[in-house]
Amino acid sequence: MSRTVRVAGGQGFWGDWPEAPRRQVEGGPVDYLMLDYLAEVTMSILQKQKERDPAMGYARDFVGAMESVLAAVAERGVKVIANAGGVNPEACAAAVQAMARAAGRDGALRIGIVTGDNLLPRLDELLAAGHELRNMDTGEPLSVVRDRVIAANAYIGSTPIVEALARGANVVITGRSTDTALTMAPLRHEFGWGATEWDKLAAGIIAGHIIECGAQCSGGNCLYDWRNIPALADVGYPIVEGSADGTFIVTKHPGTGGRVSVPTVTEQLVYEMGDPHAYITPDVVADFTSIRLEAAGPDRVRVYGIRGAPATDKLKVSIAYKSGYKAVGSLVYAWPDALEKAEAADRILRERLDRLGLKFEKVLGEFVGASATHGRLAGDAGRHAPEVQYRIGVRDADRRKVERFTREIVPLVLNGPPSVTGFAGGRPKVEEIVAYWPALVDKTVVQTRVEVR
Amino acid sequence: MRVRLLDIAHARSGDKGDTANVGIIALRPEWYAVLERHLTRERVARHFDGIIEGGVDRFELPNLGALNFLLHGALDGGGTLSLKTDAQGKVYSTALLRMELDVPDAEATAAGLPAAS
Repeated sequence: MSRTVRVAGGQGFWGDWPEAPRRQVEGGPVDYLMLDYLAEVTMSILQKQKERDPAMGYARDFVGAMESVLAAVAERGVKVIANAGGVNPEACAAAVQAMARAAGRDGALRIGIVTGDNLLPRLDELLAAGHELRNMDTGEPLSVVRDRVIAANAYIGSTPIVEALARGANVVITGRSTDTALTMAPLRHEFGWGATEWDKLAAGIIAGHIIECGAQCSGGNCLYDWRNIPALADVGYPIVEGSADGTFIVTKHPGTGGRVSVPTVTEQLVYEMGDPHAYITPDVVADFTSIRLEAAGPDRVRVYGIRGAPATDKLKVSIAYKSGYKAVGSLVYAWPDALEKAEAADRILRERLDRLGLKFEKVLGEFVGASATHGRLAGDAGRHAPEVQYRIGVRDADRRKVERFTREIVPLVLNGPPSVTGFAGGRPKVEEIVAYWPALVDKTVVQTRVEVR
Repeated sequence: MRVRLLDIAHARSGDKGDTANVGIIALRPEWYAVLERHLTRERVARHFDGIIEGGVDRFELPNLGALNFLLHGALDGGGTLSLKTDAQGKVYSTALLRMELDVPDAEATAAGLPAAS
């Protein structure tokens, strides 16, 4: 039997199940543990934390995750790859080293640090050199919001991670690597795939797409046959068993809950999908219409046939900028006539905002239990709901207006329609909005660096 | 014959900015052709008329027995801007599965489709 490499997915986002990383290294043999911490808005949160404290700016959960798998890394040679570095991979590495030292295992770790994705310090230089960083959705140049930008990171690919592994790292910490590169890189490293073996690279990327959301491919959030998916309390996170030819098996540890089947994997494949012919990454353009799936035993799905095309000469850049304020509050109305009362509250509140002369960029009222998620498609079943949550939010550039709005909700408890409760939170908080600006930049302007310590 | 999508397909949805995607997957391989023929871009745009602000794109994935729909302007700006409960479009999937299709009787019978109750 030809050699396989087992890459286990242990976190699908910052805030995912703390038990999962340890369960992945203890439940059976794995070669690599892949931990994905970054979503589109995460970098801006981390940037704010770093501004307050220069030793912060990374996913702190990662230190606890590393502690929970330290014995497996030290004694069994499991390697860890994570984009936990956020906007401060060096500080993240230092925190992991400090944790290992306190545990008496500091000799066991060789940490590879990947940097170079952070473009914030270079933003004006790039704009001056003619890189407009136009918004991919609206076409506007970045200059429109330049003074409100708080983070700018290029999505980087597998190459620097492969380099860190080749230089002997057993823990690789990156900043804004793509989620999929975290899985593709160890396969590329182990099997020696070249930078132009497009089909194999695309297979590695699709393996990464399948396991980057944790249990969402192994029975979690699965609509197909959801009632009969076994033992989700004990759900097994996914494992990719990769082969040198680019084919792979998706599975999970024996004895765990959840399910790996063609339907569970297919649901994850279509998650957040754009044009399936061209899933663009820094390494390769993967073609999702080439993917073949087949059942290969209990909780095993074989994936093959994947085709890739040459990578583009651009990198996507994730830019975060301040974009005004919002606040959302809610009240709960009970039977009888719960929806009718909630609708009356909505009319009263809007009239009061009008009388105060408060106009907002956006006001959105929703009726949870009747129509909040499916709108008119939900029909009129909500007319008979035993209770309805009235949820109202506003958004505006002027913080004072949003602040004033937050004082208008709770009074409705005593001076609005009856049978109202659920106001324990009091006034809602005003939140500053950090919005997302996707752009493209020439690959040649981003130089990644790898340090192994 | 009236056929409810929930009875012949499953789905998952997610977001990219202000666009929601809904991947819809035939419950049986032979039902994919029914989806491909009847679940048109126009039909889906009509279903979400007044609910989304932009247009609809459709992509076919016969290899997975799936169609992928992009619903533009579906998320009140998307991400952190959105005031919606479903700011990330997670349940547009089941909103689409509420749809009922009119499938000619002969075709529905040949494919063994369940009639909407």
